[in-house]
Amino acid sequence: MTDSKRTTPDPGERGSSAERPEPGLEPAAQGAGADADRRGPVVAGRSRKGMFGVRGSGDTSGYGGLRLPAHVPPQAERPYGGWFDDVADALLDSLRAKGIDDAVQQVTVDRGEITFYLARQRLVETCRSLRDDPALRFELCSSVSGVDYGPEVPQRLHSVYHLTSMTYRRRIRLEVAVDVDDPHLPSIVEVYPTADFQEREAWDMFGLIYDGHPALTRILMPDDWDGHPQRKDYPLGGIPVEYKGGAEIPPPDQRRAYT
Amino acid sequence: MTTEPLTDPTTGPDPAESRETTEGRVYTVTGGDWDEFLDDNSGEERVVINLGPQHPSTHGVLRLVLELEGETVTQARSVIGYLHTGIEKNTEYRTWTQGVTFVTRMDYLAPLYNEAAYCLGVEKLLGIEAPERAQTFRIMLMELNRISSHLVFLATGAMELGATTGMTFGFRDREEVLHLLEFLTGLRMNHAFIRPGGVAQDLPEGYREKVLEFLKVMDKRLPDYDKLFSGQPIWKQRLKDVGYLPLDGCLQLGVTGPLLRSAGIAWDLRKVQPYCGYERFEFEVPTSTDADCFARYLLRVEEIRQSLKIIRQCLDAFEPGPVMVDDPKIAWPAKLSIGPDGLGNSLEHVRKIMGQSMESLIHHFKLVTEGFDVPPGQVYSPVESPRGELGYHLVSDGGTRPMRVHVREPSFVNLQAFPAMAEGGLVADVIAAVASIDPVMGGVDR
Repeated sequence: MTDSKRTTPDPGERGSSAERPEPGLEPAAQGAGADADRRGPVVAGRSRKGMFGVRGSGDTSGYGGLRLPAHVPPQAERPYGGWFDDVADALLDSLRAKGIDDAVQQVTVDRGEITFYLARQRLVETCRSLRDDPALRFELCSSVSGVDYGPEVPQRLHSVYHLTSMTYRRRIRLEVAVDVDDPHLPSIVEVYPTADFQEREAWDMFGLIYDGHPALTRILMPDDWDGHPQRKDYPLGGIPVEYKGGAEIPPPDQRRAYT
Repeated sequence: MTTEPLTDPTTGPDPAESRETTEGRVYTVTGGDWDEFLDDNSGEERVVINLGPQHPSTHGVLRLVLELEGETVTQARSVIGYLHTGIEKNTEYRTWTQGVTFVTRMDYLAPLYNEAAYCLGVEKLLGIEAPERAQTFRIMLMELNRISSHLVFLATGAMELGATTGMTFGFRDREEVLHLLEFLTGLRMNHAFIRPGGVAQDLPEGYREKVLEFLKVMDKRLPDYDKLFSGQPIWKQRLKDVGYLPLDGCLQLGVTGPLLRSAGIAWDLRKVQPYCGYERFEFEVPTSTDADCFARYLLRVEEIRQSLKIIRQCLDAFEPGPVMVDDPKIAWPAKLSIGPDGLGNSLEHVRKIMGQSMESLIHHFKLVTEGFDVPPGQVYSPVESPRGELGYHLVSDGGTRPMRVHVREPSFVNLQAFPAMAEGGLVADVIAAVASIDPVMGGVDR
């Protein structure tokens, strides 16, 4: 169902660079080092082929030629709208004052929420600015979660942070994408101690390694467990459900999926 | 299925025993290194004790490892994971609608909050909004649920401190809520009643009388808690100035809910970032500056009072109208009906799709087996659960199943504050501190 060659859209396809705004307008292009850690656009989803979950047989559905490219969250254009611009300006100013200009790689505004895609080596400094700058004041780190977009996606592991400003009643999202072969990123426990358990959970479930975490051990799974259960290539497991007369329903991960 | 070795090559085999880190030696105390741990850490005066996971005072299958100097706790750590069920992963193999039946089983004392937060997230992804009647219904259900959850806090908290009368009071009154919820939704717990786009069923006939009856019972019984506890010397001695956690500690540890409000900040998402139309209702957010267990007890009782106030307003706020979005691509095609064996498909609908309309049958089949597509993207949808900010981080990649469902569980996050509240205190105060956090292990471990 998935085609590993088609993780980044070709020119002219939906979500491809031809549809996206020119680079240079936004923080992504500032500083030559911005893309040192980054290959191509952020891919947030799988590409799809065909329909009705047909696999391993000839195309009987007639939809085999249907192709959907992977979702690429688009770079937002100024003005972002509402207070998003204030936060983005204040953040970029605060970082520039520290001499950092390659932290924010992309800004996406979607469904009334703003996402900052960050370079992992700048994560801690960015969080410190977000927490301490009087114009930002994101006092509360609401949530840290891992996301795995599946084996065919480049930089498939994402660490997502939801920050809340109680002073201004605002919420933003930070996102860091890393490779599965090099799943290292800095821990933000020194800025937000509440990230302690949540980073341990993301390590446990996704194998994201938070460097500098005071005690990065498993938290939900037993300590001698092998593997990271919420990765997409880790099987769900399960046994068939048996019915009277020998009928069987396969376990959930082997049933036909229409996605 | 697995394409890579299960052992992570970058870290080597997973350590089941102790290991060195930047902050000193870390013990996993899973059993393998317990002896080693004791050798290293217990001196003549120091004792390391293990409390739980099967212990009547640890509020569920929570395990506490305490290092004591005499009666004083010098270090405390919590060990969790005993109730891990993999709900987050399971939802990735079900449709968006089926997800409701999973998330409702996480925090089993506040199932309706899980459903509501999840559905609000899915609706945000879809770009739809449930009709007003459904939103008001959701608010009423959530507030009923808040009452039952706080009553369990009172019941279990009192039992853990030895006040068994409080336990019988709390569980007796919680039964009243559960009976009412059964009447309204069909089930006492794990309702799966709030669905993406609205709720499963309209209000049953005679709901007004039943709710009013319940309010009358609660109005009569709520003062009993004040009589039993608020002025009681033993209760005060066990809770006053115990489990102290000031505002800066709360913010750093990400603590929300009654714990945060007991430290003096009126942070309640129902007020500061209203959802479901909470701005239409009048209620107070009780706060305190004592930041101790007693303040948290008082706040929860007061919150029950405020919830009763909201429920009363809900009864007058119900306008006639639909309880599900008017979109046949999302809304369940069958109007459910109550039969002799509970809530199920209406026979009328089955008759129609089987006998008259092939198209309706196909539509029904597709929607039930395949589900609906959700446009790609991600949202974070927080609500104020009885324990604090319950947030759902939902990621869709455009399919009929979630890419990722992450739950920011308030119990999980708040539990981190337990060492800060317990260290330096007495062993008996550990129990009071844990009870005042009110963690639900089904939510902590998910």
